Order: sequence, then C-alpha cells, then structure tokens
Amino acid sequence: MIRSRAIIRSLPSLSSASKASSSSRIAVRSLATVSDPPVRHYGGLKDQDRIFTNLYCKHDHGLKGAQSRGDWHKTKEIILKGDSWIIQTIKDSGLRGRGGAGFPSGLKWSFMNKPGWEKDPRPRYLVVNADEGEPGTCKDREIMRGDPHKLVEGCLVAGRGMNANAAYIYIRGEFYQEASHVQQAIDEAYKAGLIGKNACGSGYDFDVYLHRGAGAYICGEETALIESIEGKQGKPRLKPPFPADVGLFGCPTTVANVETVAVAPTIARRGGAWFNSFGRDRNSGTKVYCISGHVNNPCVVEEEMSIPLQELLEKHCGGIRGGWNNLKGIIPGGCSVPVIPREDCEKVLMDYDSLKDAQTSLGTGAVIVMDQTTDMISAIARFSKFYKHESCGQCTPCREGTTWMMNMMDRMVEGRAQEREIDMLLELTKQVEGHTICALGDAAAWPIQGLMRHFRPEVEARLAAFHAKNGQTLFGGRLLSEADMRYALPDNLGGDAHRNIAQISAS
Amino acid sequence: MSLPFARSAIASTRAVVSRTGRRGFTSSSSRRSESLFVHRDTDYNNPSIKFEFTPENLKTANEIIARYPPQYKKGACMPLLDLGQRQNKGWTSISVMNEVARLLDMPKMRVYEVATFYTMYNREPVAPNFVQLCTTTPCQLGGCGSTKILETIESHLGIHPGQTTKDGKFTLIEVECLGACSNAPMMQIGDEFYEDLTPETTIKILDTLAKGEKPKPGPQSNRQTSENSAGLTSLTTKPYGPGEFCLPEFQ
Repeated sequence: MIRSRAIIRSLPSLSSASKASSSSRIAVRSLATVSDPPVRHYGGLKDQDRIFTNLYCKHDHGLKGAQSRGDWHKTKEIILKGDSWIIQTIKDSGLRGRGGAGFPSGLKWSFMNKPGWEKDPRPRYLVVNADEGEPGTCKDREIMRGDPHKLVEGCLVAGRGMNANAAYIYIRGEFYQEASHVQQAIDEAYKAGLIGKNACGSGYDFDVYLHRGAGAYICGEETALIESIEGKQGKPRLKPPFPADVGLFGCPTTVANVETVAVAPTIARRGGAWFNSFGRDRNSGTKVYCISGHVNNPCVVEEEMSIPLQELLEKHCGGIRGGWNNLKGIIPGGCSVPVIPREDCEKVLMDYDSLKDAQTSLGTGAVIVMDQTTDMISAIARFSKFYKHESCGQCTPCREGTTWMMNMMDRMVEGRAQEREIDMLLELTKQVEGHTICALGDAAAWPIQGLMRHFRPEVEARLAAFHAKNGQTLFGGRLLSEADMRYALPDNLGGDAHRNIAQISAS
Repeated sequence: MSLPFARSAIASTRAVVSRTGRRGFTSSSSRRSESLFVHRDTDYNNPSIKFEFTPENLKTANEIIARYPPQYKKGACMPLLDLGQRQNKGWTSISVMNEVARLLDMPKMRVYEVATFYTMYNREPVAPNFVQLCTTTPCQLGGCGSTKILETIESHLGIHPGQTTKDGKFTLIEVECLGACSNAPMMQIGDEFYEDLTPETTIKILDTLAKGEKPKPGPQSNRQTSENSAGLTSLTTKPYGPGEFCLPEFQ
C-alpha cells in the first residue's frame, strides 16, 4: 500500500521526463504503461459516407432514381452470400437497433437462426416498425419519403439474413404520403422482379407487405405491433415467449426499426468495417438525427454517431435561439428519455453510452431543444398527458399511474401542490416503472424523474409562489383556507402549517 | 345556447349512462375516457342502416385480404375499417364495422374492439375537412408554437377542439404527435400534412379549404421538406452512383 503510494507520487515527475525524452528520440515508457488512445473528434460526416442520399426528397424516390443512387446494385450477390455472411457483416458493423433500445442488430437477427430452425415448418417473418410516434421523432418519415427503396431492399437483405419468408412494414396511419411512397416502391420492386418469387434472380422467395396502422402510439412496441397486424387491439404481450419463437401469426418473427433495416444493404455492399469506422467503440455507424424545438433551423440530418450534441446543434441547426447561453435543457432522444440541463449538454456525445452516463438515453435520436423561455414543468406535464392518452389500459400501474401522474403534473404547472407531493410523485413514478408488461410505463416515468433530478428548484419555486399567493395547500391541491375548520383536519392531508414552504423560501 | 362552446358531449354521456329507475353502487357514473366507448343507436348510426363496399373498394378489400395468411384473414381488419371509413364520408359507423366483420368472418365484437381502440377511426360523423392539430411538446415549442395555432383556428372557425363548424365544413380536434416534429407546428387535414405553420398561413389554408380548393400540402415556409431552412448543411454534392465506394466484389 505504502509502496504503491510512493509510485504514484513519483509519477508526475517521471511522466514529464518521459515526455521530454520521447520528443527527442526514444520513447521511455513510464510506470503507467497504458498510453492514452489518440483523441478522435467525431462528426463532420462527408456526403459520400451518408447512407440516405435522398433524405430531403430532392431526387426521384422511384425505382429509377433509387437505382441511380446505388440501390438494388448487385443485391443478388448479397442474397447469394447467404444468411451467416449477412449476419456476420451486420455483427462486424456494430450496428445497434435504431428504434431506441439499441440492442445489437446482428445478434438479434441471429436469434432467428437457432440450431435446427430448418426443421420448423412455420413461415418466418420480418416486421418493420415504421410506427413512428415518439414525440420529437421524424426520421423514419424522411427515409420512407425519400428512400423507400432502401427500406424495401433492406427488408430483402435482412429477411435473407434471418431466413424470413415475408416482411410486413407497419407504418403509422397518419403517414399517408409516406405509405404511398413505400407502396409505390413495393409495387415497382415486384414488377422488376426484385422481390417476390425468385427475388433478384437469386432463387430466394420473399414478399413484402404494407400494413397501415390507425393512430396508436403503443403499437410501436414490438409485441403490440404484432397484435395489431393480427387485427386485434394493440396491447403488448408478455415476454417470454419472445417474438423470435412465437411472434406474428404464431411464427418466428423479428421486429426491427426502419432505419436499422434500411441501412443493411449499404452496410453489406460497403462492408462492416466501413460502417464500424464511424463513431466510438460499441456506438458505431451513422445516425439520422431529428432536431426540433428552440433551434434556429430545426432539421433532420444524418451524421456520425458520437458527434458532440453542441456541435450537432450549431453545425446543422444554426444554434440555439438566442445563443447557447439561452439554452435551458435538451431531451436528447424523444419524449421518453429524461431531460438534461445545459452543463450536461456541453459535455455529452450523441451516442448510446455517453448519454447513458448522463442518466438519459439516445432513444431514437430525437433532440428536443428547450430555451430559457420554456416552462419546463408545463413541457413535461404535456408529456404526461401524452402518456395518459396513449396508455393501452392493459396493466393497472400504467393505466392508473399515467392518469395520476398527469393530474399531479398539471397541478405542479400551476403550483397547486404541497412540497412533499414532489416526492410522492417521484415515488409514484417508481411504482409504475418496471411494473408493466411493456416499457410505456417506464417511458411515462422517466421524463418526470428527469425533471425532478435537474429542475427540482424550479418546481419548488413554482409551488412556493403559489403558496405565497394562496396560502398553504393540502395534498391533492385543496387550499387550507378552503378546509372546513369546524372539524379537525387529519394529519395526512398535508395541512401542517409549520412546513409552509412559502415562508421557508422567503427566509 | 348561452354557452356556445360548452362541451355538451360530457353532459350527454352522463345522461345516457345513468339510467333512471335502477340503483347503482355509486351515485354518479364514472367517465373513463374523453370519448364514449359504448354504442347507442341513433337515427344516423344504427345497425339497420345498410353499408356495402362499392365494387372497386371490394376489389381493393380482396387485394388487402390476400396480404394475410388465409387462416388469419382478420389481419385485414384495420385496413378494411379504414377503407370503409373513407367510403363512409370519413367516419366508421356501426354498419361499417358489421360489414367488415361479415367480410372477414370475425365476431362483430372483435371488430368493435379494434374500432374503439385506435384513434383514427371516428365513430361520430366528421366534417369533410377534418383538422387534426398536433399539440404535443415539440409542436408546442417549435416555430411559433401550437398554442398560437390552436387559438388562431379556434377564433377563425369559432369552434373548440371536438366540435364542428355550423356550416359543417370543418371539424377540429387536438391530436398527439403526428411525427413531423422538425416541421413544427403542424396539422393534418384529411390525409395531408401542413407544416411550418404560422397564424397567417393557417388562416390561408383554412380559407382555401372553405372555398373548396386544395392548398399546397407540406411545409408552408420556403423549404421543401425537413432540411435546414437557412441552406443545406449536408447532401450538398451529387449523390454517389451504383457501386461507388463499395467493396470490390460489389462494385
């Protein structure tokens, strides 16, 4: 112990000595033998490395235009390489699911090819999740409008990788234009013999169908999506059995996001190593980010993974309205992830691990920017209303909890709440989180937890202002002044006046 | 009426649910949602009103049914309800649901379940211009903010969300995120998205529709889709062609 301390103490002088000598001729290794990896700056993706070259619909989205941009180029050769080659390429590329959870795609697709899968007589399905409903997210829409053939080709390549017979693309019902572009792409591909029987002349049969949803956010959850295609209410199923065993129509199924599927052919053609060269380790590739809210020029843009958040906003969106110092907080991955304050926004990189370290998540890459004019409590309360509206009603904690959370958040916006109710609300979110079949309960809980983690003083100030104006408030939002004083006031109503926060904050 | 904007739907729900002459456990009925989930026969919506798909729609319906395995015909339930709704002037009556159930050999109740679960099936008649304004947070924040747009529409049409104008041309509802957040604020009228709204462009769109014409869908600002409005920051060069930058074997 003592010895090691001595070594540590002697380190600074040693390292400075080594620096001096290494610059001259020979590198003298210090006691700390691990050298720092070279600092690499991420971002600054070149156009030649962008996968979605028609993101802004500037070119023809039909088959001819798509082929001139390199789609359907030697797809037959990719198909003929076989399932294990495709899956190995995806594994090498380090692609992680782009729908929010960030599960390694190669691994997920390989679950379909369990030993002995050939003996299973059931058909096998790939389901593409195009039910883009997460507030803030608008990336899949641009992909389907501009590059629908990338998606259809991706269905074939990914489907070949997992030995699927057919793909269903579940597109949200509101996307009418997008659905017609995808349908057009499917029809063109059938006509050109690119999909269907003997797809691309490879001898592999593969069908692609489009299924339009009808306005339920919950159908973006994979098992709910499966239920919905089966013509039922979109209520998530309990897992296990996982969809790879019992999925759509009782058959092995894999559900993947539009972006994940659409990048697959380009990865196959350009190699896993090419895709893996972008972004940090384990966060590789390019990503379509969609930026909304208080930036000067909100946009959808494909950038390198691990680009610093601040750079993303300043380079592609013209910066925050009123300058960086006017920033209040950012939700980096769609409405289900916690908000982070400005100090964190300066530090984080836009990838799975960096945002996880900042106690939030990359989610779908939907950056919602909020400047100082934003009423943060009201913004999060609106999310609570969203989740209340979208809860499918299957699990009690979520169905009742989202309503409670919405009611409490609505009172917090006004300030009509007791200070202790902040903790009650947090406890409520903990009771919902992890106690439901799907992740909607968690998603409803996290924005509130993020708000209280970083902006609790603001909430407390709001409550104090209300108390100062209207007097002590009881639990549930009733005012002490309205209570019937002819009867004793029970303790559990929160009327104990010595906890009057208006006075505490004034002193 | 003294209260022109009163939400009469709530009152009518209560009146329908609480029956006279029967004593329940509670004195007031509970409302579990903002919309009524039970069907009550009315003169415009009852099972004896006939609904049939037109021959061309029936053809489309059969094409849709063919997309699903024969033993899972009911997978086509949602697309067929949508088709029926389009044929039935934008709303799904009980007759539409019954017809879909008949076509797909489903128990009627299974179709009712689906029709009540998804928000895009309107179970009450709507006006030809069905205005759906997104008011979720990104739209609230972006551009001039959806709150302003909502106020504009309310004052321009004289209705509140959930109501139809007196001339029967517009129905307004507030909806959750429609997935065009970079083009906030936005609204959907019929199948078309109108994005990058300002109070002025909103009024212009509504006036054009009131005249029976169709305004230009998409962003109402000077941009085409969701690119940077101050000039492209990416995809400025010509897209690469087939085989470029690919592995040697795929070139």
